[in-house]
Amino acid sequence: MAYDPSDVIEVIRRPPRGAVASTYRAFGETLRGLKTTFARVVEGTDVVQYPEEKVPVYPRFRGRHRLNRFEDTGLEKCIGCSLCAAACPADCIRVVAAENTPEHRVSAGERYAAVYEINLSRCIFCGYCEIACPFDAITMGHDYELSDYHRTDLIFTKEMLLAEPIERTPLRQEGE
Amino acid sequence: MIAFADVNYFEPWWVQIVKAVVIFAVVFAILPVSIVWERKLLGRFQMRYGPNRVGPYGYLQPIAEFVKVALKEPFRPTTAVGFLYMLAPAIAMICAIGALAIIPWGTVQRIGSTPVGLYGIDVSIGPLYVFALGGISFYGILLGGWSSGSKYSFLGAMRGAAQLISYEVSQSLALVGVLISAQTLSLTGIVNAQKGMWYFIPQFFGLLVFFAASMAEANRAPFDLSEADTELVGGYFTEYGGLQWVAYMFSEYANMIVASAMVTTLFLGGWLLPFGLHPPGFVDPIVVLVKMFLVFSLFVWIRATLPRFRYDQLMSFGWKILLPLATANLLVTAIIVVH
Repeated sequence: MAYDPSDVIEVIRRPPRGAVASTYRAFGETLRGLKTTFARVVEGTDVVQYPEEKVPVYPRFRGRHRLNRFEDTGLEKCIGCSLCAAACPADCIRVVAAENTPEHRVSAGERYAAVYEINLSRCIFCGYCEIACPFDAITMGHDYELSDYHRTDLIFTKEMLLAEPIERTPLRQEGE
Repeated sequence: MIAFADVNYFEPWWVQIVKAVVIFAVVFAILPVSIVWERKLLGRFQMRYGPNRVGPYGYLQPIAEFVKVALKEPFRPTTAVGFLYMLAPAIAMICAIGALAIIPWGTVQRIGSTPVGLYGIDVSIGPLYVFALGGISFYGILLGGWSSGSKYSFLGAMRGAAQLISYEVSQSLALVGVLISAQTLSLTGIVNAQKGMWYFIPQFFGLLVFFAASMAEANRAPFDLSEADTELVGGYFTEYGGLQWVAYMFSEYANMIVASAMVTTLFLGGWLLPFGLHPPGFVDPIVVLVKMFLVFSLFVWIRATLPRFRYDQLMSFGWKILLPLATANLLVTAIIVVH
């Protein structure tokens, strides 16, 4: 492209500050800044003291999974169809199904999950398992405090997922 | 033998030793408190609490940190110049602590029948002693940065040296205004000369310049270019760890305490109280401590407010604003005093 002098944008600079103006800028403007920061002290802190206080989660917050039972019969909702395992992008769910017998009835359907494991160190909490499940057997809970000392401790078994969770996380109320 | 101090009363040798120990102990007790106070205050400026976990209200935080740092492995880079590398933090520390000797905490008190001056020593050259020690404390920074054998340390040290030299000029010029008003170099004399009016009113511009320059001398934000942790990793003490690093940090805070004490003594009337209050003599050190505490809090406030200067801003602020202001202040004061 050819050089065109009219393309050059002329930079307009204001004249340099005089002695008084620059002294004012150094000290007077600093005073304004001091006022701004002091207003923050007056405003008070805006801190949640985490382990003691927690920010309440929203009802649809996707925390640790739970396996659900029917409230009336106490039977497990999960029928061991492995749709959650198929939907899981992180491949962290392992389901081994077994047949229900009249003597040993675990779930409402023909089969039940003999093994149901979620490796929470791989889970990305996307909630696809919850969507894939035809019986609302697996849902996402509200618990997000999941640190542990060993990786193997993060593989949650069926008993752990079925157990009534300790509600460690407050739930956000309507209008909060 | 040259008498380097004008003590116009007899003070037994053991009183001198006791005073030295007491001043040292008090200042070493203040240092951790000032560290945790600074962090808590900074937290408030940023709408948080600051350290509040260790001990009651987090006030044991510096002890926890000291233990943590003291247990670290002492190390040094292979490129370091061993002797100087070990010596530099000690120089910084000694200079910072040494300056505390002349801070006046009160007038001469009679304890029993023994007259005791509530200061380490009333040197006849007063503030010049502080400047002398400040001059030597350059070596703490410069040698520390150079002997580390790292370019970041060296850059930090060079910046620090340039900054300290530039700001020492305006600091001493601002001081001269006070000196010719008080017509003495003795710090107790300067405080006594403020009985009518504290010097922060007639020497207001002197106070501005002295305060800004003190902040630069103590390497505090916004003048912490020699440390500049975002650019230089840590400046002159990048390669230091463990107790040597603690020595540098302590000397920085001790420098701040000296600067607060100097501002208190020179401009805020030392142990004097306004409204004609004359409390008994033992209250004097407390008055000085409270004033120092306020000045220290102002240091922290400014640190919370201003971002770090760019290098050219630092230089132009020092030479183009502070130095002319200090000179004009000095001229006007001189004309008024002589007239």
